[in-house]
Order: sequence, then structure tokens, then C-alpha cells
Amino acid sequence: MTEITSTGHYGSLLGDKATALGLRRRRNAERRLKAYGITAILLAGLALFALLGSVIWQAAGAVTEAYVTLPVELKADDIDPDATGDPKIILRGDFNGLTKDALKAAFPQVTGRSARRELYDVVSSGAAFELADHVAENPSLVGQTINFRFLASDITDLYLKGSFGALRPLPTAGRLTVALDGDEATLNSTEADFAGVLAVLKDQLVDDAKRLRVRAARQNNAVSVYETRIAEAADDDARAKSLAALERARTERDALLAEAERLEARAADTGAEDLDDEVRSVFVRAGGGWLKLTRLDASGAAAEVLAPPAGALADLAEWQLLTTDLPAAARKVSDTQIMVIEELRSGSAVDSVFNWRFFTAGDSREPELAGIWGATVGSFWTMLVTFLLAFPVGVAAAIYLEEFAPRNRFTDFIEININNLAAVPSIIFGLLGLAVVIGFFGVPRSAPLAGGMVMALMTLPTIIIAARATIAAVPPSIREAALGVGASQVQTTFHHVLPLAMPGILTGTIIGMARALGETAPLIMIGMVAFIVDIPTGITDSATVLPVQVYRWSDFPERAFEARTGAAICVLMIFLVLMNAVAIVLRRRFERRW
Amino acid sequence: MTAVLLAFVLVAAMAAFVIAQHRAQVVVGGDTAALHSRPSYHGFYSFLWVVLVGLGLVIVLTAVPNRAIDAMLMGRIAEALPDQPRIAHELVLSDAKALAAGTVASKTGDLRLAIAADFSRAAALWNWVRVIGVIGGVLAAAFLTHRAVTPERRARNRTERIVRVLLAAMATIAILTTIGIVLSLIFETLNFFGKIDWQIWKFLFGTTWSPLSGVQSGQLDADKVGAIPLFAGTLMITLIAMLVAVPIGLFAAIYLSDFASKRVRSVVKPMLEILAGIPTVVYGFFAAITVAPFLRGSGEAIGLSVASESALVAGIVMGIMIIPFISSLSDDVINAVPQSLRDGSYGLGATRAETIRQVILPAALPGIVSASLLGFSRAVGETMIVVMAAGQGANLTANPFEAVTTVTVQIVMLITGDTEAETAAGPAFTLGFTLFCVTLLMNVIAQRIVRRYREMYD
Amino acid sequence: MTEIKFSARDVNVHYGDNHALKDVNVEIEDKTVTAFIGPSGCGKSTFLRCLNRMNDTIDICRVTGEITLDGEDIYHREVDPVQLRAKVGMVFQKPNPFPKSVYDNVAYGPRIHGLARTRADLDVIVEKSLRRGAIWDEVKDRLHEPGTGLSGGQQQRLCIARAIATEPEVLLMDEPCSALDPIATSQIEDLIDELRKNYSVVIVTHSMQQAARVSQRTAFFHLGHLVEFGETDQIFSTPHDPRTESYISGRIG
Repeated sequence: MTEITSTGHYGSLLGDKATALGLRRRRNAERRLKAYGITAILLAGLALFALLGSVIWQAAGAVTEAYVTLPVELKADDIDPDATGDPKIILRGDFNGLTKDALKAAFPQVTGRSARRELYDVVSSGAAFELADHVAENPSLVGQTINFRFLASDITDLYLKGSFGALRPLPTAGRLTVALDGDEATLNSTEADFAGVLAVLKDQLVDDAKRLRVRAARQNNAVSVYETRIAEAADDDARAKSLAALERARTERDALLAEAERLEARAADTGAEDLDDEVRSVFVRAGGGWLKLTRLDASGAAAEVLAPPAGALADLAEWQLLTTDLPAAARKVSDTQIMVIEELRSGSAVDSVFNWRFFTAGDSREPELAGIWGATVGSFWTMLVTFLLAFPVGVAAAIYLEEFAPRNRFTDFIEININNLAAVPSIIFGLLGLAVVIGFFGVPRSAPLAGGMVMALMTLPTIIIAARATIAAVPPSIREAALGVGASQVQTTFHHVLPLAMPGILTGTIIGMARALGETAPLIMIGMVAFIVDIPTGITDSATVLPVQVYRWSDFPERAFEARTGAAICVLMIFLVLMNAVAIVLRRRFERRW
Repeated sequence: MTAVLLAFVLVAAMAAFVIAQHRAQVVVGGDTAALHSRPSYHGFYSFLWVVLVGLGLVIVLTAVPNRAIDAMLMGRIAEALPDQPRIAHELVLSDAKALAAGTVASKTGDLRLAIAADFSRAAALWNWVRVIGVIGGVLAAAFLTHRAVTPERRARNRTERIVRVLLAAMATIAILTTIGIVLSLIFETLNFFGKIDWQIWKFLFGTTWSPLSGVQSGQLDADKVGAIPLFAGTLMITLIAMLVAVPIGLFAAIYLSDFASKRVRSVVKPMLEILAGIPTVVYGFFAAITVAPFLRGSGEAIGLSVASESALVAGIVMGIMIIPFISSLSDDVINAVPQSLRDGSYGLGATRAETIRQVILPAALPGIVSASLLGFSRAVGETMIVVMAAGQGANLTANPFEAVTTVTVQIVMLITGDTEAETAAGPAFTLGFTLFCVTLLMNVIAQRIVRRYREMYD
Repeated sequence: MTEIKFSARDVNVHYGDNHALKDVNVEIEDKTVTAFIGPSGCGKSTFLRCLNRMNDTIDICRVTGEITLDGEDIYHREVDPVQLRAKVGMVFQKPNPFPKSVYDNVAYGPRIHGLARTRADLDVIVEKSLRRGAIWDEVKDRLHEPGTGLSGGQQQRLCIARAIATEPEVLLMDEPCSALDPIATSQIEDLIDELRKNYSVVIVTHSMQQAARVSQRTAFFHLGHLVEFGETDQIFSTPHDPRTESYISGRIG
């Protein structure tokens, strides 16, 4: 290195740079700004990831559907007493009754009205219709007993997918003796197996109590916050407000504490434990029977017989002690249903297949029967109307504004209008549709025609703006060349400019249509939110569309609809991705840069 | 029937094209050079007239009689049932139409059957009028344009004039849409204000919103149409959304335009575009199913009670939705700041951060402000996220953890609710009109700022 | 003999695949005006931008060789270009005042570099710089109006004042008069002559007359090569290289 000639304020480049100019501080400021930027991008990415992830996670639950295979006797009396073999008569048969008979026959041990109802709910209410269709197609089956695959209900399906937790075995060491007395049973084991169960249940109670105490502690915090606020309150009004809040927090805290104490007392009590809805169910499976424990102490247990074992059981070495993850109050599937489903499962009568039904069925109130084909077709008709209206009108308007319009206040006004329409909230277009398309023109409500007209008005500004941009990008030399050989302005436009601009116009149109495909609010306004089972066959049938279907399903209380909502979103997004991919391909392959 | 008529018009128009084109060749004995316009223009001229006349007649002759018949039948029903409200009359009419069509009616009876018979008769009569009118009009148009084919005729110029007029007509549809929006909104708004005895201030400044409770004979209670809770809810959610979207969008834009390498840009830009392309109903589902439980859980963990439908959830998710909007607009304006300004700053020994903060951001500020305004107007008008995640009860609160309602939610509730359309439409359209005015104002301001900004650097 | 400020050895610059500068060796003296002349695209501006590493802001640009300022390699890994640019100021072809007031334009550099402790200090620096930029009299009454509102010549002098305000050791000027009318040009040229007392000035220019008027030393660039470098008088009267002679007599350019 040569000698350093330190000059001016700025020091030498390699010598005292650290101190010069506060450079370290300034570089740190730069690093901070950069970090903010990276954080912002990461946050946006995280949001996208969480959104797509949660949708796909939900959708995974709708990938398969479960079936239950049962023997069903197709009694001629119930179906076709006169042996006509006519499908129309067969379809009128009492297949609902036959389905119930099949379930009853498979589980004779389930008695009592509510238990029976739970049993029937194991298969879907739509299964009987499928049985009817199957028999109508094969009239020769009448009078026979066949093995039929019944569609499982949403509850069964969710249980099989583990949505209500699993059935977990507890260790058994001793030998079991069961004394049966009608619906009741008394159980004893040679080892302390039931004491172990008792310990597990008590632990759960202690855990629950702990959770309640944590919540009570939070309320207690709130109480002290409000107390200080009251002490510092400036006026009576604020004090009264805080007082009310304080009272609420106190009551809540005391209720939680009382509940926690009750649970703790229950846990501390070393005596017998009554098993109710609040604790996890415990089953004993032995000798082909199912017993549900109702009362438990260290030495033995009392139980309710769900399915009687084959005869009395004494000194049995092979037996299972099972417990659920959730108490009965916290799950949709009942103890009886668990027993039924587990029995069917061990009899290999349950199978799961890919859920094709979801892609071919219309809407339904039963989640296991609901599909999106109806909404997909509805979307297709709506988009067809949108395209047929918006594309020609949009292109024509763009051509006029770009090629023919004189520059005057009127065309300026049109331009301002178009720009503003592009930013009008979509729900306003819904109101417009309600008032004008339905109210004034009398187009039927809920019809793709009405939806398509509203969407066309909404998409029009997008198409016009995109089309104008591409038309304006066609260089004037091409127009001059055409005009120079004697073509009229209209000929120039339609023979030369428009074909050159077409790929760009199509790209813009597809992007506008993709946005319309995902639009929900205006269609809700014009009544496309109705419950429609049938697949629409034309533009004047009542219909719904994919995004509205998503909205409807997301509003239903059944848990199985959450999965279907997720799956419907995936289908919608696949269509959007496809449309955008087409737009990108069009742009890459045909669009020219002038 | 309408479809058949439309098909007829199309076929007739094509026939007119062929015939006129042929005649053009015949009148000059095959020497087409003697024609002023090429034969196809004579054909096209004929085609256009037939289509225009045919379509016009189909529309007019379908719309007019429908209204005329309805008016006539409504008059008769009103005579028969003088003391029942209009809605009951409409029900009778729709039942009668259903009976005439042979489908299921809600009720039947002498009056309905009589009206149904009248309807069938009138409809059949008008149907003939329509068919004959359309066929006659189409044939007349074809005949007149056919007869006018002569060698001197400037068919091309005439055709082009029609094409120009058609193109201009299409361009005015944008204006018609705006007029349609304004008229339909204003009509119902005035209607609504009439029902509350023109106490407009009670709508704008009242604090109790439950317009449909205790509604009798269409008269609304002016004390229950105070929209302040809705305005406050909308504002709160929008502000939360902007608090999320503006910093994230702006910092992302700054990073992308001045720091990021090409590779990072090529990954992040499409990512933001995907975020922009996701339908709002999906955001709504995300808010309701993922964000709301997450926030409630996190709130519980630190001792806050977050309602399952809250302003915070809706605001955050709406903010996520608006991020790409803010970032892409800001990216545009930041890139529009000329390189010479950056050079000037770097040339003085400024760091990138200093250049951005003190030169680029101030220069791009108008653009960023207008991007934020546009984002704000988007958020104010956004519907699905708030419908699915914000709640429906109109309570006036400043606590973002509680459920609030918004203007758009109330419009949806009113329109899709069970109340008869006529009563619910008033408040709904008035809210719509308010929304329209607010978003329009913001868009106009934003566009003006952007225009001035462009002029500065172009 | 004045002291050497910049010394370049075997400098090569590539823009992507384009070899823009080839083996440039030059020494630039302190308190001297050095002019770079040559036809468009010859690399003179590129070389100028190497001297304060403005090329760093262009992704595809690659510089090899060695350039030293006061004996220190400015492309050394540890050199902060920000510090370098504070020492080596630059004035651009097109006047580029920031969209701020005249005062804030000039104060920008001192502020970011922390040259003024108080507002009064800053006022002094701004006035001194504007005076040295020969524009004080024209703007002293409108210090708080936007700098973009000045005329082209005023804007450029404002930019020069802005560059001076950071108190650099070298001032680079990239065709500072190309966007100005003849009167504004002569004002700037007078100013450059003034600046020579305190700074080393490097000016890129299109106009040979301008180079002859303002500079003491001249470098002639052609197709990326430094063809000839020497006393301005000598270059314009008795060039050694035939290419220089052709350019000066107007046969190439």
C-alpha cells in the first residue's frame, strides 16, 4: 500500500472508514430497510402458504368416501308384488325400509328407539335411492338377498377418517369375568385393570380442572384491571362501565372456579366413578360382545350392554379395554355408532374409495351426497353468457374509442366512465342487476342469463381497457400501409389492426373472465344462492355457481361440509389456474412487442 | 319461441346477404369492376339491416306485450281484490301464470283460473303479433335493401357508416351502465328517504340500525335506520386492513424495485399475483375457518377474549387480500421515478436506504397515496370476507375483538333475507348508493393524483 | 508537478457480452480539469462512471483492472462505494434536481453525511455552495421553492452546487452542458474554471471546443480504447495518433 493521504472529511477509503461519516450507522439503516422488505415479502408468502395450506388440508377430507357392505333381502312384497319387472314400479318400492331392515338384521342387538335411529344414521339417507336404482336396472334381483354397498353417512365417514379421535386400547393384565343381567352387566378382573382405567379418568378430570383454573386466572387478571380502572376512573360514566365489566368478570371467574373445584373433588374422591357424557367413554370388547362402562371403582365395574357377548363370560384371558379420545358430549358419533362401525370394520364390511360422486353430483343437504357438478355447469352457462355479451361489446367499444372516436368531451366522458366502472364495488353491480336485469327486463331470478348479464357489465371495463391497450400498441405504420393502398378506415381496422391485436385482447378477456368466475357477491344479490339440486340445462334454468356454492357450504353446520367447501375451492382454483395458464400461453406465443 | 325467432332472423339475414350479393353481380352482368362497391358489401349491407330490424322487433315485441299484459291483469286482480296489498296481487298473478303454463302454483281458485285463462288468451294473441311482426319486418328490410342494389350505390360507405354507429353504440354502454347504476340506486334511495319522512340526518348520523324490526305496511321507523354503526364497522375493518396491507405492500414494493435480484423478483411477483387472483370467497373461508380460531386461541392464551366473528379477523384477511394491490401499484410508481434522480442521489454518496427514503419515496408519494386510496376503496366495497367473518349485528364499538357489521354485509343481509323485497330494497339500495358515492369519490381523487403524477415525469 | 488523484491501470469494462472499455491506463491530476473526448459510444462516459463506481448500480456491468484514488484501490473489497462517492462527486448529463426545494437539494448531501451540526452550519454550507455554483444571486430569494422550477441552466448549476456541498475531492461531470443553451453553457464553463482552484475536475464532453476551452489535459477515447492522453494544447495542435487527428479535424465522429 502506498502512503495514505488523509484529506477532507471523508477519511481514507481503506483506513478509518468505520468512523468516517457514521457509515456503520448508515449501513445499518440500510440493512434494516432491507430486512423490513424481506419481512414484508415473507409475511405475504406466509399468508399465501397458510391460505392454500388450510384449503388443501380441509379438502383432503373429501378425497375419499366410505361404503358399508351389508346383505339386504330384496323382498318382492315391498318392491314389486305383482312381479311386473317394470323399473317405474320398482323405483316406487320401499327401499328405505329395506335398508333399515338390513341394518337391523346385521345388528339385532341394537334395540330401543334412539339406539335404532343411531344405527340407521350409520348409512347415508341417499343409500336407499342407490339401492332402488340398482334394483331397477336389474329387476331379476327382486326376491333375492344381495350384498349391497351402502354409502356411509357423513358421521361414519368422519369417524373412519379419525375426525372424532381414535379408539385407544388400555392395557389389560388380568382375566375378566362378566355377570350379565339383562341390559346390565357387572365386570371383574383378576388384576387391577379397572383401577388403571379409573386412574386414567381421574387424570383427565384433573387436566380439565387445571384448564378451567387457567381460564379463571385470566378472568381474575381482568378483575384486577377493572378494579384499578375504577379506582382511576375520571367520571361516573366510566366508573359505571368498568363496574359492569368487573361484575361480569367476577361472575365468570367464580363460575369457572366452582366448576374446577367440582371436577377436582370428583377426581379426589377415591370411591366409585360414574361415567357420564363429560368423561371419555370406556368399552370392553369380549367374547364378541360390547359393553360400555357406566360405573367404575378400583375393584370392578358396572356396564351397559351394547351388544351381548355369546353367553356368560368367566375367567376370560382374551379381552380388550378401549377408550375414546373425546367424551360423548364432544363428538357427533354416539357410543352405539362407534360399536356398529367398529364391528363392521372388523368384519371388513367397510371400504373407502375415491370420491367421484363429488365431481358428478349436484347439491344436497347431506354432505356425503353433495357434489359440485351442478355449480360447475351453472358457472359454465354464466360464463358463456358473460363471454357472448362482454367480448363483442368490449372489443367493439375498444375499437371505436381507439380507432374512430374523435377526441372530444363525449369520448373523454366515456373514458372516465370506463375507468370508474372498473373500480365500482362488485356488490353495486349486484344491486344494478337486481333493479335493472331482473326488475326492469324481467329476466328470471337465479338464472345464468341474469348472472351472465351482470357479470358482463362488470367484466366490460376490464376487457375494454385491455383491448384498447393492445390496439393502441399496434404501430401506426401498419395502419398507414393499409390506408396507403386504398383501404378504408373500417377495412384497415378489421383486416389489419384487429387481427394483430387479437391475442392481446383474448388475454385480457380471459383474465377478466377469470375474475368473473371467482366473483360471488353480485350473484348472491340476484338470487343465485338458492338451493338447487338439479343440474341446469340452459341459461334460463335456476342455477348456482362455484364461488356461491363455496359460500353456501361454508355456512352449513355439518363438519363434513368443511371438507367439501375446501374441495370446491380447489376445483374453482384449478379452473382459475387453467384460465390464467391459457392467458399466459397466449401472451407468450402470440403477443408481439412492437 | 324467442330462440326460434332469433334463429329465423339470423337465417334470413344470411339469405339476404347471399341474395343481395348475387344481385350485385347480376346488375352489372358479371363485370364487377363496374360496381362502386364489391358485391360482398351489398350483401353485408343487406345482412346488417335484416339483423338490426329483426333483433329490434324481437326485443320490442317481447318486452312491450309482457308489460302490457301484466298491467292489464294486475288491474283486473286489483278490481277483484281491492282490499289486499299489492304483494298479494302479484302472488295471484304469478300463480295464474303458473297455472297457465301447467306448472305448480301455490294456490288455485276461481279468480286465479280466470286470470290464467285471460293470460293464455292474451299471450297467444300477442305471440302471433310478434311472429308476424318479426317476419314482416325482416322481409321488408331484405326487400328494400335488395331493391336498392345498383352499380352506383355506395354500399361500402353505407355499411361502414352502420358499423361505425354500431361501434359507437357499444362504447356508450359504459355510460348506460353508469346511468343505470345511478338511476336504480337513486330511485330506491329517494323511495327510502320518503318512507322515513325525509329525515336524512337520522340515516346519516343515527346510531341504531335495525331497519326491518317492527316494520308495518312498508313504513320504516326513522329512529332505527341510523347507519353510523355500519359506517363505523366498515371504517374499522378497512383501517385494520390498511394497517396490514400498506406497510407490507409498500415494503415489499420497495424491496422488489430497489433491492431484489432478478431471481427473487421472478419468484415474488408471481406469488403476489396469485394472492391477487384468489377469489374473495376463498379469503372469506380462510378467515372463518383458519384465522378466526387461530386469533381466538392466541387471544385466549394472553387473556384477551376475541369473538369468533370479529373486526380484527375480517380486517387482517382483507389486508392480506389488498397487499398485492398496494404492492403492484406502488412498484409501478416507484419504478416510474426516473433513474436520473437515483443517480443524482447515489452520485452524492447516499446509501440505497437514504435514496429511497429521501428521494424516491417523496417523489413517489402521490402515487403511493393514490394506490392506498384505491386499496381503501376496494376494502370499503369488499363483501364476501366481511359477510363470512365480520358478523351481522350492528353494534357500535371501538373494540376490534368484537363483531361489527359493515355496509356491504347489511346490503347482503337485507337482500337475501326473508323480508319482502320492496321493504328491504329501500335501506339496501340506500346503503349501496352511499357506498357507490364514497368509492367513486375516492377513485376520482386517486385518478386525479395519478394523472398529475404522470404528467410530472412524462 | 501536481499530485496524482486517480490512477487507472489496465481497466476493462464489460456490459454483459459487450466489451466497452479495453485496457485503459490513465493518471488524473489534482486541481486540474481533465477532459474526456471521443465519438459517441467510445467509452468515455463508462470510464467516468467507473471513477466513482456508479456502474455498481447496473447489474450486468463488470469492471476489471485497478483504479486508485490517492493510492487506494477504489474497487477493493472493503471500500464502501458510499464513502467513495462522497469523495468523488458527480454531475450528470441531464440536470436532475430532486423534487424538493432549492435549499433541500443543496442540503441533501451535507445532511446525509452529517457535515453540519446545526441549522446555522447548514445555512452556511448551502450559501457557500450556491455561491460557488454561481447561482446564489439568482436563487437567494426563492430558496424554498422547488428546484424543478428553475430553468435548465439554473438547474444544472444547482446540481453542481449540490455536488460541491458535500465537499468532494474530485468532481466528475458527464456532458454537463449537453442539455443547455449557449449562454448557460458559458456560465457553466466559467464555473468549471473557478472550481479548478479547489478540485480535480473530470469532464466528459462531446464538444472539442469545450474541451479546448476548459481543460488542461485531454484524453481521447475511441471504440473502447484510450487512444491518446496529454496536455490539451498538445492534443489539439499536434496529436500523435492519426485517429486523434482524424477526430479533431472532423473526419470521424
